[in-house]
Amino acid sequence: MHPARSLLAFTTLSGMGFGLLFWLGIDPTPPKGWVALAFFAIAYALCLGGLAASSLHLRRRERALRAFSQWRTSWLSREAWGALAALSFSGAYALPLLIGVGVLPLGWLAALLSLATVGATAMIYAQLRTVPRWHHWSTPALFLLLSLTGGALLSGRVLICSLLLVASAALQAWVWWDGDRRFARSGTTLASATGLGDRGTPRALFPPHTGSNYLLDEMVFVVGRRHAAKLRVIALVLMSGLPLVLLYLPPPHLFGLLALVSHAAGVLVSRWLFFAEAEHVVGLYYGRR
Amino acid sequence: MTALPDRTERTLGLVIDLDTCVGCHACVVACKGWNDQGYGAPLSDQDPYGAAPQGSFLNRVHSYEVTPATGPAQHVHFPKSCLHCEDAPCVPVCPTGASYKRVEDGIVLVNEDACIGCGLCAWACPYGAREMDLAAGVMKKCTLCVDRIYNDALPEEDREPACVRTCPAKARHFGDLSDPESAVSQLVAERGGIDLMPEQGTRPVNKYLPPRDRDAWGEDSDVLAPFLTPVAEEPQGFLGWLDRALGKL
Repeated sequence: MHPARSLLAFTTLSGMGFGLLFWLGIDPTPPKGWVALAFFAIAYALCLGGLAASSLHLRRRERALRAFSQWRTSWLSREAWGALAALSFSGAYALPLLIGVGVLPLGWLAALLSLATVGATAMIYAQLRTVPRWHHWSTPALFLLLSLTGGALLSGRVLICSLLLVASAALQAWVWWDGDRRFARSGTTLASATGLGDRGTPRALFPPHTGSNYLLDEMVFVVGRRHAAKLRVIALVLMSGLPLVLLYLPPPHLFGLLALVSHAAGVLVSRWLFFAEAEHVVGLYYGRR
Repeated sequence: MTALPDRTERTLGLVIDLDTCVGCHACVVACKGWNDQGYGAPLSDQDPYGAAPQGSFLNRVHSYEVTPATGPAQHVHFPKSCLHCEDAPCVPVCPTGASYKRVEDGIVLVNEDACIGCGLCAWACPYGAREMDLAAGVMKKCTLCVDRIYNDALPEEDREPACVRTCPAKARHFGDLSDPESAVSQLVAERGGIDLMPEQGTRPVNKYLPPRDRDAWGEDSDVLAPFLTPVAEEPQGFLGWLDRALGKL
């Protein structure tokens, strides 16, 4: 699949932003006053920045509000509602905090909605049977785990964050290992795609047209798969390895920031691979993956 | 809501005969031609006279070679357009309600005025039946020529999809596949029509008729062969002398 910059920025930034809103929401002793303002401003900047980036993916942005209409069937619509609800309830929780009043149940609700939003984003990908690498429970699991990790890092929870860094790295490594086998497991082949399997071994002889097309540009993106192994190592080191070391170096704020930058860059590389390595079954019709 | 209907009153679709398709691409051209000027945004091309031309098509013809365990390989032309699936995965993913499946005839359509061009429906389709129109920024797909098949302004014989109407090999058939008495249903039953990618669970309406087995050479299939066998195995006269002389060397 084509790794659109808008979707890379959206899933990475919003994931961290909603992760931060989660930890702020369930904090039994939430920050108050100016500190609360700073934390919520960062969370909102990440969430809204990501959502703004995601709107760049739409070719008819002027109709974007219509995306709220199909929440009963569409995960994309549910994501839009989730984001709106999570941001609204977080705002309702944050405003009293600025003057020192914490309405904790409101925070719990905001936390739940934040996670639900990340879950809905992941389900947009996980629901697609056409992309076997994504069509798996591990897709929402990894999105949620990385969101929680980023949020814990942003909110300065060193111990929880360290555990989550290890857990997300382990899950990520397994997802890559298992993901490489999912296309074969899905059972979709050129034989089933053409129905010619009973007669022998089919192969694509020549394509329907000489140039490229939307399908090939969007769904048969093969650029950079060559470097996938190296990028996986880079992603793991930046995403988890380096932050684990940096978190424990003094002074905490400087190295915390570096850990955050490293983690975000690692998640971005991991997301790039998430798209670039995903093979859509339509590629079979073109004799490609 | 873009929920799929529980059932449709009719199930209009195509039956494509892989045995008779000659791969002329006339259906591709007829489809592009009709949909340049009919329903919705005209199918656009990008850089059509430049170095890397491309464009949106609703129907494309692939070509495959099938190699059996024994015997010669077979070349199969493979037209592919929207299969108007009963469990169309492209419909429920739509966030705006632009994608829908009609209750009256089962045709899957896009309301282009409501499409935000997110492309998720194209991702959800295993067959590559949906292509973004890069000029209009909305999703295009086969409409089963909904603006032809019910069009009273057209002569009766033209009220079928442009691809079916134009096919010179009669490899494309149009009809109601929910009616077991219809010509298309009978054709599917007779020729063992199949679904593409059944494991994807889409329950496609369009069916494909597999190629028939090719004729093979039998023992006496060539009636002229006996007359062509060499009459004289041993050379005579000068050639005979040459043959013997060379053999002794």
